[in-house]
Amino acid sequence: MNDASSGRTETSVPAGGPGAAPVPTKIVRLRHPWRIAFAVVILAIVAVVVIDAAQRPAFDWPTVGKYLFDQRISQAAGYTLLLTVLSMVIGVVLGIILAVMRQSENPVLKGVAWVWLWIFRGTPVYVQLVFWGLLATIYTSIDLGVPFMEPWVSFPTTALLNTFWLAVIGLALNESAYMAEIVRAGLLSVDSGQSEAATALGMGWGTTMRRVVLPQAMRVIIPPTGNEVISMLKTTSLVSAIPFTLELYMRQRDIAAAIFAPVPLLIVASIWYLAITSVLMVGQYFLEKRFARGVGDRPDTGPGPVTGAMSTDGLEQVDPEAGLAARHGGDAR
Amino acid sequence: MSEQTTTPAGDDESVAVSQTPMVLAEHVSKSFGSNEVLKDISLEVRRGEVLCLVGPSGSGKSTFLRCINHLEQVSSGRLSVDGSVVGYREVGDKLYEMHPKDAAKQRRDIGMVFQRFNLFPHMTALENVMEAPTQVKGVSRSKAKARAHELLARVGLAERADYYPAHLSGGQQQRVAIARALAMDPKLMLFDEPTSALDPELVGEVLDVMKELAKTGMTMIVVTHEMGFAREVADTLVFMDGGVVVETGDPREVLANPQHARTQAFLSKVL
Repeated sequence: MNDASSGRTETSVPAGGPGAAPVPTKIVRLRHPWRIAFAVVILAIVAVVVIDAAQRPAFDWPTVGKYLFDQRISQAAGYTLLLTVLSMVIGVVLGIILAVMRQSENPVLKGVAWVWLWIFRGTPVYVQLVFWGLLATIYTSIDLGVPFMEPWVSFPTTALLNTFWLAVIGLALNESAYMAEIVRAGLLSVDSGQSEAATALGMGWGTTMRRVVLPQAMRVIIPPTGNEVISMLKTTSLVSAIPFTLELYMRQRDIAAAIFAPVPLLIVASIWYLAITSVLMVGQYFLEKRFARGVGDRPDTGPGPVTGAMSTDGLEQVDPEAGLAARHGGDAR
Repeated sequence: MSEQTTTPAGDDESVAVSQTPMVLAEHVSKSFGSNEVLKDISLEVRRGEVLCLVGPSGSGKSTFLRCINHLEQVSSGRLSVDGSVVGYREVGDKLYEMHPKDAAKQRRDIGMVFQRFNLFPHMTALENVMEAPTQVKGVSRSKAKARAHELLARVGLAERADYYPAHLSGGQQQRVAIARALAMDPKLMLFDEPTSALDPELVGEVLDVMKELAKTGMTMIVVTHEMGFAREVADTLVFMDGGVVVETGDPREVLANPQHARTQAFLSKVL
């Protein structure tokens, strides 16, 4: 170990300048030899695994390369992404509605939201998806009209909802229950003085929510929502329960079954999942940055930025910590 | 000093209107569960009057203030602002609870300033002041903006219009909050310990704005611990303790010569 040689040169070297004052001039940072040691060990392990994997026939890298950009796979990745985005958009909108319903003073709205959450959060998403898949069997037609009377119009369920839309509905409704709780946490994080001030100004409940509470809640809502998006991306692999089979997981399984090569196709799918997740993470970073705007706890020193400049200038420097601090501030209340 | 006590309602308005008190509380009580916070409060605030509510914490002064713009509901008694009962519609001898929309309408004319400012942190000072007129009254943005600039200048913050609250000092934030309340052209202003959350050296700037406001003839109810302000600006001082009004009178007299033992005890600690 090179322990002995490190960190001991604390003694001050005489100042190089004309003054002979005993001012310490050289700062020697604390060294961390163990970090380097661990890094070396880990690198070694990684190298062994990689070299081994590259040579192991079961991974069949040529097949991975062949199917990585296969049109069927990239199309399936497209479906996966579309399922994720559509389900999340619907889930977020429903989640906001449910959260607001739970916060309202109306006991009926509150009760409805509570039961919704109870059902969709209390049963496995896989079970729910199987149920959605059986929708056409349970309800063979969708009728519009007065209950117990001859319907005005009647559609066969299968014509109205194909497996793709059943998958979207199944995922979105399940997600809405989780989003409702995330949004509710966001609403609760906003200081009650805010809605009080809005009320005192004569704003109604709706205006207060829309203009005052929700914009502030966004900073608390976004990070866990990013989490949900990534989680949703992976949950889409369960829609085979419907069964919807054009998304990434089922598609690679079909191909793998046809060519008797399960492992390389799984690697292909994993690479695509990882790639999409990485892109989504970048998106989340920028979204968080945007909503941390204008609210950072910055000391009121110095000339503050002016109007439009606020958005671009000042926050570049404060940003990541400002967002964090703001979030903590929100929690503290 | 003497000018500010003249009521703005003055001569040109009809006698009937000028005689209606701005705030009239008759036997008002308020309980939170079994805890009775206000006990049989009766008092009257005339138009243009500046009334200071003082008393130890927990005496019910803030609760009374919050009842006036219906942030809290009174449990019994009758509380009216400018002749109409707060939060209820009076038909015959019955009071019908108002729909929240109507209650919101009633609050438009009552400005309120909070101890913790409660500015909207995601809006600039200017946007804070513009928010209620545009969203509640439907004033056009350009008009609201011009008026907001005017009000910010009035509280001495013309140059800070584009700052976010986080970048303003406590005193500046509270002055913006006053401008925000004034933007709705209230007939009554309520101040809930407006200087209690401020650093001592920032108290003066807020009190100065309030003094200016008092001079314009605004009807003001101020919950405060600033006895100097009460002595100088208030027309009436009300001392509350334990949910009851203990003593009411001219601030100079009450402060110099309190009649009740409880008032004496409180003032001896505060002054």
